Amino acid sequence: MTRMAFESNSLSQIRFTRRDACASLLALAAWPAAAQFKVEISGVGGTQLPIAIVRFRDDDKGGQSPSAIIRADLERSGAFRIVDTGTTSFDETSRPEMSQWRSRAADALVAGSVTRLADGRFDVRFKLWDVVKGNEIGGQSNAVEASELRLAAHRIADFIYEKLTGEKGVFSTRIAYVTRAGSRHTLRVADADGENGQVALNSGQPIISPAWSPNGKELAYVSFERQKAVVFVHTVATGERRPIADFRGSNSAPAWTPDGERLVVTLSREGGSQLYSIGRNGGEPRRLASSPAIDTEAEYSADGRWLYFTSDRGGSPQIYRMPAGGGNAERVTFSGSYNISPALSPDGKTLAYVTRAGNAFKLVVLDLAGNGAQPQQITDTGDDEHPSFAPNGRLLIYATRVGGRSVLMTTTLDGKIKARLPSQTADLREPVWGPYGR
Amino acid sequence: MKNLHRHLLSAIAVASLAACSSVPLDSQAPVESRTGTGATSGSGSGANSAGTSQTRVAPVDVTGTNSVAFTNLPRVVYFDFDSYVVKDDYRPVIEANAKALTTNRRMKMAVEGHTDDRGSSEYNLALGQRRAEAVVRSLTLLGADPTQLEAVSFGKERPAVQGENEDAWAKNRRAELASR
Repeated sequence: MTRMAFESNSLSQIRFTRRDACASLLALAAWPAAAQFKVEISGVGGTQLPIAIVRFRDDDKGGQSPSAIIRADLERSGAFRIVDTGTTSFDETSRPEMSQWRSRAADALVAGSVTRLADGRFDVRFKLWDVVKGNEIGGQSNAVEASELRLAAHRIADFIYEKLTGEKGVFSTRIAYVTRAGSRHTLRVADADGENGQVALNSGQPIISPAWSPNGKELAYVSFERQKAVVFVHTVATGERRPIADFRGSNSAPAWTPDGERLVVTLSREGGSQLYSIGRNGGEPRRLASSPAIDTEAEYSADGRWLYFTSDRGGSPQIYRMPAGGGNAERVTFSGSYNISPALSPDGKTLAYVTRAGNAFKLVVLDLAGNGAQPQQITDTGDDEHPSFAPNGRLLIYATRVGGRSVLMTTTLDGKIKARLPSQTADLREPVWGPYGR
Repeated sequence: MKNLHRHLLSAIAVASLAACSSVPLDSQAPVESRTGTGATSGSGSGANSAGTSQTRVAPVDVTGTNSVAFTNLPRVVYFDFDSYVVKDDYRPVIEANAKALTTNRRMKMAVEGHTDDRGSSEYNLALGQRRAEAVVRSLTLLGADPTQLEAVSFGKERPAVQGENEDAWAKNRRAELASR
């Protein structure tokens, strides 16, 4: 049963709260993993398209509210401003009066319905109108199991986003992250809005650095279950897992090649922390670079041509890039004396990373194309970690500390629209955004 | 009931000890034929080798390898922020452990590097690794064999002390020597 409270203080802040039922478990989970995220959205965006999404006919029939999920998705993206529709409700077969919606300053309108079918599934239908032109843009119907109602709503949000912005939506993607409560550590997978969290790995030892395979079926990560850092690859749907790097010393920082066949890892087997390439099933690693320094946190560019990584070869940690097969590295960050945790946008044009400014660790974004561009601070928190891009490059997820706990946040690249994904458990860390096509 | 339980256990223990004895009591060699060898320092078998082959006990000393000798050693080296230099203050820690390792070549240790919680998990993992390797280097310079040691890191994942202040941070920037 979903309960939705709707408060609208001003145009700049709309707060939704909802509580969700427990989700099912995967692999080694020992207790129900209720994500229980609440979405708090703050900020005012620049150019936002005003859209009205009326409550669907029989919106709650399947236990989820598709119209509320769609509203939250589109608002979190930063590209839309949600027009208040109150309790108005009609379905996709209606012929709404466009002048009425123009007078409410909406540029687009969505209506829909939820119908229970004889076989127990639910038919979710919607229509999208261009209010300005006064015509229908499109619509769909989708028959799904009750357990897939949220996903159906996310797919509708993706459709709307793509039709109105021209870009792919990320609402039906997934995220992975780590939780820590005392000596209990879990690796979890949730929807991109933080709901439907499920435990993939339950451990009494730390887990760090999850990394999605390009096809979204596997997660690589570092587990300390063997009393040292070891890289595992884990099939999410089955729980099958295999260690792929357990060499002398520490094995960490896995990142996949775009074709999913190999990973870059940081190994100390020959001393220090150096970058190696290794097959997806392990085997003999191939050293990628030699430096008398720490080289770590490597990540491939989406075209597979470059490796971006953190190195302190210059005396303090900075971000460098080198050709993916190895070769001369060039420095990329020049502002500040301590820059770590690179995340490269899919189009290769923007670098997000963490910079130390005084005693604070701050998420910044840097335009790689602009000559002499300065990194932009986009948060007002001082303990930011682990940025990761959404696959459309429009949002970042990261961890930060609020009220003594580690929480997950999403933000637009200009920092203007942020959404907090709080939870009941103690600390959420190490978020990583999954690919399209779960 | 409790006393009976205890008596039963004692009886069982005694019976087990008797059963475990490798020398059946009734076939033990007469006391007067034993010399001062075998049961003590094992130095020389003397003139009664035919009689001592059944009674000789050869002692083996494992007191040097692990826990007893190890628990008396100092186990932690602390570091400055963003540093992996083993300061002179901790020379006694290095020397004591190196001595134990050189005295007993079967002794093995893991050196576990740690950091405070500022900065990313991975960069701190690498920094902790550096600290562990610096301690390993110091130990090998004083005679320990590299094969007796493995340098690993927990980065910031296993703090000794919780807290967001310099006092807590200083106590987390450390390398710990653990027996293996």
